[in-house]
Amino acid sequence: MSRTFLGLPRTLRRPDDAGAVDEPFGAVPHPQEPLRWGDAFPAAAKQTLKNDQLRRNLGHATQVIRTKRAAVVGEVPDWEALRDAGSAVKQQVMAQLPDLLQQLEEQVTARGGVVHWARDAAEANRIVADIAKAKGADEVVKVKSMATQEIGLNEALADEGIAAIETDLAELIVQLADDMPSHILVPAIHRNRSEIRDIFLARMGDAPPDLSDVPRELAMAARAHLRRKFLSAKVAVSGANFAVADTGTLAVVESEGNGRMCLTLPETLVTVMGIEKLVPTFDDLEVFLQLLPRSSTGERMNPYTSLWTGVTPGDGPQEFHLVLLDNGRTDVLADEVGRAALHCIRCSACLNVCPVYERVGGHAYGSVYPGPIGAILTPQLTASTGGVSGHHDPNASLPYASTLCGACYEVCPVKIDIPSILVDLRAREVDADRSKHGVDPWKTAMKAASWVMADGDRFALAGRAATLGSGLGGRDHAISVAPPPASAWTRSRDLPAPPRQTFRQWWAAEHETSPVETVETDGPTSEEDDR
Amino acid sequence: MSEARTEVLARVRAALGQTGSGTTPSGRVGAPPHPEPVPREYRAAGEHAVGSPEVLEQLVDRLVDYKAHVHQVAADALPATIATLVADLSEPDGGMARPGSDRSVRVVVPAGLDDAWLATLPAEVDVVRDSREDPTAATDLDAVAAVVTAARVAISETGTIVLDGEPDQGRRAISLVPDVHLCVVRAEQAVQTVPEAVRLLGAHPERPQTWISGPSATSDIELDRVEGVHGPRTLHVLLVGATP
Ligand code: SF4
Repeated sequence: MSRTFLGLPRTLRRPDDAGAVDEPFGAVPHPQEPLRWGDAFPAAAKQTLKNDQLRRNLGHATQVIRTKRAAVVGEVPDWEALRDAGSAVKQQVMAQLPDLLQQLEEQVTARGGVVHWARDAAEANRIVADIAKAKGADEVVKVKSMATQEIGLNEALADEGIAAIETDLAELIVQLADDMPSHILVPAIHRNRSEIRDIFLARMGDAPPDLSDVPRELAMAARAHLRRKFLSAKVAVSGANFAVADTGTLAVVESEGNGRMCLTLPETLVTVMGIEKLVPTFDDLEVFLQLLPRSSTGERMNPYTSLWTGVTPGDGPQEFHLVLLDNGRTDVLADEVGRAALHCIRCSACLNVCPVYERVGGHAYGSVYPGPIGAILTPQLTASTGGVSGHHDPNASLPYASTLCGACYEVCPVKIDIPSILVDLRAREVDADRSKHGVDPWKTAMKAASWVMADGDRFALAGRAATLGSGLGGRDHAISVAPPPASAWTRSRDLPAPPRQTFRQWWAAEHETSPVETVETDGPTSEEDDR
Repeated sequence: MSEARTEVLARVRAALGQTGSGTTPSGRVGAPPHPEPVPREYRAAGEHAVGSPEVLEQLVDRLVDYKAHVHQVAADALPATIATLVADLSEPDGGMARPGSDRSVRVVVPAGLDDAWLATLPAEVDVVRDSREDPTAATDLDAVAAVVTAARVAISETGTIVLDGEPDQGRRAISLVPDVHLCVVRAEQAVQTVPEAVRLLGAHPERPQTWISGPSATSDIELDRVEGVHGPRTLHVLLVGATP
């Protein structure tokens, strides 16, 4: 992969941004494809596992968020009822998607907004670039948004001579470092305070020279740096957490106030949103505005939530564009099992409880969507280019980036059964394998099960995996998974004990030849299984 | 563009197994989904009445937890409390003195704010009245020390205050750019749960809403919470009609 550093293009840096350093801080240069970069998971993970700093930062961060989440979820007496409602609302949304999308379009239009439709990333980028150009803007301020990362909007705008300024603190850190995010919610989770200070000093032209590494000081330096941008920006670009079909209302949930700045001050606002982000009615927000903050940052409520409907004369942006993005989502929707991945509200709870994510970090997943949700979403989003069953596609390895321990399902606020989808995707890859090489899928599949169950420690984690065994035989076998009981282990501890065998070794054992390179096995394998 | 619209909708229909719609990009036609009906077994309201002592106590607790400053005041003491808080802004260590602003303090208020609330402001306070018809430029707001607004509703369980842009709350920009926000909440505006608030706000979903739970904050650096990033760094909540 060529190393192209397109975070904040140097040619477009303002004098106050100009850094003296030519080399990127980032271990991960900006990829050509935000949904498919670097090596396949096993090889990429092998690299990131060597990075002790990364693992320490991640271990600390995920543990802190897990504890906070558990505390604030525990105080909600009707949490399970909210999850049930959230899950069912999302099922309804998918079933009625054509009608709801048209209803949303009607409502936004009636309130003075303009709705655009984009089949893919290039089309969405084109729409945003054209709007910015029409406004004469060579700089846009951005609210952190997964959808715009997924389409590589910043890079596309840079190609058009437009600088996209990330305004979320973590995104700013990542952007200044020419790095890639490693977590949905806290994208700079892989950086510690002294690294961040170094990045600011080298890359943020107006950083005070005596900047310390105290988080408050770092945050204040960013505040000062961005304030001028907010006050002068003509165009803002955001994502959306929710869109209400029956009223045309958009919602952005955030913490720092950079979202409010972007959504309020510039004259023109462009919101890029995946077509799955809908809820049918305004009242449905009462479910999701409870589920999201507690699952996400572990707060009872995030500091700021903005809701707006089209254009409000005299208040906020007087021009509003909504870009509805497909970019692979309809391929996900077409999958009877995998479509539940579209219910995701991007809270990142599943990342924080995942023993694999905690060890390898976000970059190993080679996608803007890391962790358990990334393992099921990324391959499906890239299905039309081989992401699910393409034998040589790095994304086809992602469903193996899991121990099937089930922790992700337990915390998911909309009850996405990630382990079942993982198994289904594996089965499909196995099927593809068999048709090519005559491998017996049952044998391959049972190796996975036997590894999990071969050891007492692992067995403690294997409740889910065992119930999923019936699905391991490939797609031809019916997948009949009973709704899993709340496993005892999540109640007694928030994170499963680390498997003795790293998943990397496990991968090697399971998958003798990885799509990219052969990983040497230096631990116990599951070869004892010879069925 | 309308071509994209037609195609995306056709793909969605194909994904949902509606025949005659072609296929998704990877050539698939999905199976029709069978969604379950939505169970609404969660609490539609809390066990405590709107504005009840229990709700107010919880609201105060949660606001303080998020580092907001809470002042419980009787209605007739509100103007004096506002005056005191505004006067404090001009103190040198209040951090609000700006170059060229001498000792005078600028405060922005929405045009529909109750004038009585400002009746006892010190003479050197310069009050800017802002409205949709006569908006203050953002760069001017940047030179304003504080904003005083009313609110629409407060949620005790989450420590949230919601503004909906009506004349006593003002444009979104005025409660965003100044560094200090004085927000007046009446006791009878405090509900216990999120659903109670959403249903109330649903009467006017078109109004621009800002939900505020404590001052702005970031946890982006090693998960260390830092209060006050881009929004107001200080939030004073004046809770009126609650006996402390
Ligand atoms: S899959 Fe569930 S837990 Fe994971 S980010 Fe999405 S909503 Fe959150």
